[in-house]
Amino acid sequence: MAPILTVRDLEKTYEGGFQALKSVSLDIREGEVFALLGPNGAGKTTLISTICGLVRPTSGSITVGGHDAIADFRAARSLIGLVPQEMPTAPFEIVGDTVAFSRGLFGMPPDRAFVERILKDLTLWDKRKNPIMALSGGMKRRLLVAKALAHEPKVLFLDEPTAGVDVELRHDMWRIVTELKEKGVTIILTTHYIEEAEEMADRVGVINKGEIILVEEKAELMRKLGRKLLTLNLSEPLNAVPESLARHNLQLADAGCKLIYTYDTHAERTGITALLKDLAEAGVRFQDLQTDQSSLEDIFVDLLKKG
Amino acid sequence: MNLGAVQAIYISEMARTKRTLMQSVISPVISTVLYFVVFGAAIGSRISEVDGVSYGAFIVPGLIMLSLMTQSLSNASFGIYFPRFTGTIFEVLSAPVSYLEITIAYVGAAATKSIIVGLIILITANFFVDIQIQHPIWMATFFILTAVTFALLGFIIGIWADNFEKLQFVPLLIVTPLAFLGGSFYSINMLPEIWQKVTLVNPVVYLISGFRWSFYGQADVSLWLSLVATMLFLFVSLAIVHWIFKTGYRLKA
Repeated sequence: MAPILTVRDLEKTYEGGFQALKSVSLDIREGEVFALLGPNGAGKTTLISTICGLVRPTSGSITVGGHDAIADFRAARSLIGLVPQEMPTAPFEIVGDTVAFSRGLFGMPPDRAFVERILKDLTLWDKRKNPIMALSGGMKRRLLVAKALAHEPKVLFLDEPTAGVDVELRHDMWRIVTELKEKGVTIILTTHYIEEAEEMADRVGVINKGEIILVEEKAELMRKLGRKLLTLNLSEPLNAVPESLARHNLQLADAGCKLIYTYDTHAERTGITALLKDLAEAGVRFQDLQTDQSSLEDIFVDLLKKG
Repeated sequence: MNLGAVQAIYISEMARTKRTLMQSVISPVISTVLYFVVFGAAIGSRISEVDGVSYGAFIVPGLIMLSLMTQSLSNASFGIYFPRFTGTIFEVLSAPVSYLEITIAYVGAAATKSIIVGLIILITANFFVDIQIQHPIWMATFFILTAVTFALLGFIIGIWADNFEKLQFVPLLIVTPLAFLGGSFYSINMLPEIWQKVTLVNPVVYLISGFRWSFYGQADVSLWLSLVATMLFLFVSLAIVHWIFKTGYRLKA
């Protein structure tokens, strides 16, 4: 299946000479949730803004649903909904009107029932007659999602949807994303919360200093780059790691009550068998053991260090 | 053509007028009535007729033009500046809307408002003095052309301004003096000869002269010169708007 969004050799150099995007190429599959990870200033927002028509590319091409984003901007933009990172809202506008406005802006015929459904889905229906300034921060964010969905886009950009929001709203956003995905909407979200990508994404892209340094299936990425930790809860605390175990690079933790062994899940040999054998020979006894998969966060930090 | 979008912006802008009825409609009408009372009734009673028209009636076209210009400017500049200021402009810029449509919607809404205000002033003035409109079609032409031209100018200012001070700068320090010195309250024939010549570099003179001619058949400059000057003004504004959108000036990085 052809990708719903194609970015080819996209470059953006701002007027001051700052190069925000360096030859970015990216394919987004229809119906997937794609998480774009990167530290602040990596180019996430510039990339999204360029795709949505808010920033003019220096060179390169963007195609949305087969339509060139510049030559055929109407067809391309009709498919896109954007929830920006900041929460720009007109304080005096009425909630219901502003969603209807967003729909009209995309040339869609007025549809009260549809607007009502969106407002209800995002639990804003009770507020429909209120001015936007009467909304709480969480409601404003939901309102921006409602506005972005008002024209029934096929691709939704969520730029840092959960930056600075409380836990409840964050889970709310996750629920919304899951529901949209079920409806077949392609979702591209940027975040620097790894947890979010881990929770929601099908694929993960990492951008740093204007370059996409990695695009990978989330599961694959975690498998490939994932290290595991084996933690042994010792029966008796140790003062130091015994000499005979030095080759395993063990770490003592918890005041000598825990031994931690790090291994690579995709290495030919994990070394666990040898470790357990050496432990027995050294007379180290343990009561319990557990293994932990390294999180996407560790993977991410590793990648950035290499970059 | 995305007419739905033009309609959406236009309706939303007009809704803003409704919310701010005091500021957008009532206050310009009151200030014009004050001008009218002071210059027309109090001082005007001591001034003899101008070109065969009573002074009170003479200033009506000038007053309408004055508020038409200032209202078009402030409505249009604020209409585009405010979404830039709050950031909501992103929505318009990322929508399948062409530059032409954006301009038509914002400028159209601003011009509509000032035309409404102008008409209210015309009706109000009618209660105070005898007004005759000898050339209604010309009157409507100058009326609409001026509203649209100044709305375009306001649109440009609203895009150029990057703070509230700049937003006020051009209307207050350039357009208002030009409008006052452009013959809103006097015929330029009343000026010393040298000032009559100097005044001719003021573009507003041509707008007011043409508009007043459509009322009383009296003009400071020829009708065609007025029309040409108005059209010239319009095209210069259009050219600047075209350039703004072509380069993305202050709208797109």
